[in-house]
Amino acid sequence: MTGDPQIKTMTMNFGPQHPAAHGVLRMVMEMDGEVVERVDPHIGLLHRGTEKLIEYKTYMQAIPYFDRLDYVAPMNQEHAFVLAAEKLLGITVPPRGQYIRVLFDEITRILNHLLNLTAFAMDVGAMTPMLWGFEQRELLMEFYERVSGARLHACYYRVGGVHQDLPAGLTDDIRAWAEQFPKFIADMETILNENRIFKQRSVDIGIISAEDALAWGLTGPMLRASGVAWDLRKAQPYMVYDQLDFDIPIGKNGDCYDRYLVRVEEVRQSLRLIHQCLDKMPSGPVIYREKKIAPPTRGEMKRSMESLIHHFKLYTEGFHVPAGETYTAVEAPKGEFGVYLVSDGSNRPYRCKIRAPGFPHLQAMDYMCKGHMLADSVAILGSMDVVFGEIDR
Amino acid sequence: MDERYQALEELGGYVASHLKRDLLHREIRYGELMITVRREAVAAVLKTLRNDANCLFQMLIDITAVDYPEREERFEVVYNLLSLKRNQRIRVKLATDEEKPVPSVAEVFPAAGWYERECWDMYGVFFSGHPDLRRMLTDYGFDGHPLRKDFPLTGYVEVRYDDEQRRVVYEPVKLRQDFRSFDFLSPWEGMTPLPGDEKATKEKPS
Repeated sequence: MTGDPQIKTMTMNFGPQHPAAHGVLRMVMEMDGEVVERVDPHIGLLHRGTEKLIEYKTYMQAIPYFDRLDYVAPMNQEHAFVLAAEKLLGITVPPRGQYIRVLFDEITRILNHLLNLTAFAMDVGAMTPMLWGFEQRELLMEFYERVSGARLHACYYRVGGVHQDLPAGLTDDIRAWAEQFPKFIADMETILNENRIFKQRSVDIGIISAEDALAWGLTGPMLRASGVAWDLRKAQPYMVYDQLDFDIPIGKNGDCYDRYLVRVEEVRQSLRLIHQCLDKMPSGPVIYREKKIAPPTRGEMKRSMESLIHHFKLYTEGFHVPAGETYTAVEAPKGEFGVYLVSDGSNRPYRCKIRAPGFPHLQAMDYMCKGHMLADSVAILGSMDVVFGEIDR
Repeated sequence: MDERYQALEELGGYVASHLKRDLLHREIRYGELMITVRREAVAAVLKTLRNDANCLFQMLIDITAVDYPEREERFEVVYNLLSLKRNQRIRVKLATDEEKPVPSVAEVFPAAGWYERECWDMYGVFFSGHPDLRRMLTDYGFDGHPLRKDFPLTGYVEVRYDDEQRRVVYEPVKLRQDFRSFDFLSPWEGMTPLPGDEKATKEKPS
């Protein structure tokens, strides 16, 4: 026995500024040649103390912080927070408000998946889908702008409903957009689905079984790609999801390619939901008008002293939320986005813990990368759909 | 809604009969089941909740803490669990303070690793038996636990790039304007009695 030559693992630093890191992620990787042995993600480079800041803000002032968590899917996160506050207040959103929320939740889901799918394709070498996808994203962000005045950080949802009704003509434009959108999906699938390079980079890469996915706390498309049919929109429906017709796509193998396919199908289902929302949208108020949670209308405010006082008090003091605590979750595009809200009965949240889906996903990075090549870790990261706004909070 | 409440009530009863003296308190509020358990038993409790055929809480959704400085054991550590089989959630809580360690559940749920690190980072709750209890979100070499109620919102240090030393330096926070926390509480709609508003408080008892 001459003894094996000593093989030393090499430690490599990935990030914090790396084009494939999808933000400011630093990963310390232990490599055995080209094979990843251990990944230690260092996160928190984008930590802004959102949870602490929210404790110092009124409930209404807290909403914009949720846009800035996962800045690719702002409205779904606002939704989780306003749902939690509504639960504590014991109020229900009027039907039109509910439909508008679902409509924009699904628009947001498409926005998110468009970015993720195309960025994932770019991570593994395909440039074109990104360019096409951004064109569609821009169209969708115009809808954002028309309802809220902002392309990205909308802050459109309010406790009790949404801030304003849809502007005239918007539903027609969304419908027109929805008519032309399937062509984009078809085009994207034509270049990716059977693409040899794309499949070589994603099939059988980063496989995670259903049991492991559960144990690691994966949710959303990550969990569904492993074959678990679990979607909060079906399982614990909020708003009008229980009255709408849509399917939950699931994957078979739990690899990067399945995650891609699940997301593509989810985009199709979201499109179905958008059509249904537009068809079924009732007329009526968009926000709960009692208990002085919503501001008075502009007209009232100009005529009545009480309304003026109400407006002033609402925007300075805000409304009080009864003492209690709740964990409320929505199906955000990336997975289960939850808000654990503790109220002490005052006008500010006592504690607001944000459960971001990306956090456990990135935690599983070490488990999923073990034994893969370095280049595969980029594909795995791309298929996870991480956004550091929500992970670092 | 009633059906769901009943199912939760049943589950609560079942859990209570199984945990016996590890369970300190149980309640259902806003349609959510909460149980408070003994701190030392938390790992065993979560294991039971995961493995028992009638519970099957296979997914650990979240671990967090809440700070109540006025309490003797100031931190409340909160575990949120989800059962896909039963389509129910349960919230497990326990009390601790800066000193007393909480047994880590990273053995039971691998997902707990980062959640406990974050909890340690933000609150300084110590988890015993955790394989790798480092800071999670704060800066390298950060001092203090920012989500504690006695930690100031502005923090203690700020960073800037120093041209002469050619590196980033840490300095005590200097605020151009004092940090102001506006107190807008008022007897609007009579929702809260105001501190100092004797009239309102005097009228009530009569």
